Amino acid sequence: MIASQSSVTTSALFFGFLKIGLSGFGGVMPFARRMIVDERRWLSELEFLDVLSLSQFLPGPNIVNVSVIIGRRFCGVAGSLAACTGLLLMPLVIVLALATLYAHVAQVEAVRGALSGVSASASGLILATALKLARPLRQNAWQVGICVVAFVGIALLRAPLLWVLAVLCPLSIAIAWWRRR
Amino acid sequence: MIPQVLIELIAQFLLLSILSIGGANAIIPEMHRRAVDVQHWMTDADFAQLFALSQAAPGPNVLIVSLIGWKVAGLVGGIVAMVAMSGPSSVLTYAVAHAWERFRDAPWRIAIQQGLAPVTVGLILASGYVLTRTADHSWVAYALTGVTLLLGLVTSLHPLWFLAVAAVIGAFGWV
Repeated sequence: MIASQSSVTTSALFFGFLKIGLSGFGGVMPFARRMIVDERRWLSELEFLDVLSLSQFLPGPNIVNVSVIIGRRFCGVAGSLAACTGLLLMPLVIVLALATLYAHVAQVEAVRGALSGVSASASGLILATALKLARPLRQNAWQVGICVVAFVGIALLRAPLLWVLAVLCPLSIAIAWWRRR
Repeated sequence: MIPQVLIELIAQFLLLSILSIGGANAIIPEMHRRAVDVQHWMTDADFAQLFALSQAAPGPNVLIVSLIGWKVAGLVGGIVAMVAMSGPSSVLTYAVAHAWERFRDAPWRIAIQQGLAPVTVGLILASGYVLTRTADHSWVAYALTGVTLLLGLVTSLHPLWFLAVAAVIGAFGWV
């Protein structure tokens, strides 16, 4: 059974998202799906995919958007606030504690080295994520084109994001509209 | 009296919140451009270290935002940067969530989705490129990026394994 509208309380939302916030490194979405769909049964698989697609296309951190939508669904504004606060509270405390600790050991060669290793590897992870997301675009030449222009504008020309989005978003949506079947 | 730098920080992230189509990973180049090139809040190396710290902590990848805030204005900076980054986008999400469910199959909704997808992919690719250029200064670092990229594509290993191995290699001073 999927949870009905009134069966999830603000405190359940707060603690549920608290757990999600602490469960992953460098992105928590897979853990969010597992808890929301499999464990607590707040949403069905399809409902979760729908929430996810909306969260990805709207601006803002994706998982924060997921927390806002799910919180709203069960408890309105209070639910969104509870879910979002639960999600960000502990990670924020931990990362700021880590940063404070780091400030004291930043001169230690091994610490700097370890972080250099992590950032090199994490850059590779982000590239892998992007290439996985790019796979379904290959069927449409125009989508590949838009993707390349966005990359060149931001990565190579270092153009301000605002300009790139102001040009590319309307253009790309217009092409999609014109080519719709 | 609120310090000038805090106001600057809040203004930057309120705007970035609305521009972050594709999530936190999509705005890394813009954060780098603003923090390093425009505002001169930190060096390239600082940015790379903060990015690594954000990846080494549990939680969503948007944490890099609070670390930039922390670097600029301490603990208060870290908290207000995160609130500013989540605020406007969350209000927008809250407002449109209902309409989105109602117009599930509307052609304009599908056009918006198909139109924005390639833009966000291009932005995330750009993030990977800018991070690699910022973080990698040796052939070992480029090799780590390359190996992680390949293994990330062809295996379903937990990302933490890559980061842990890379941290150990780095701690020995080889990167």
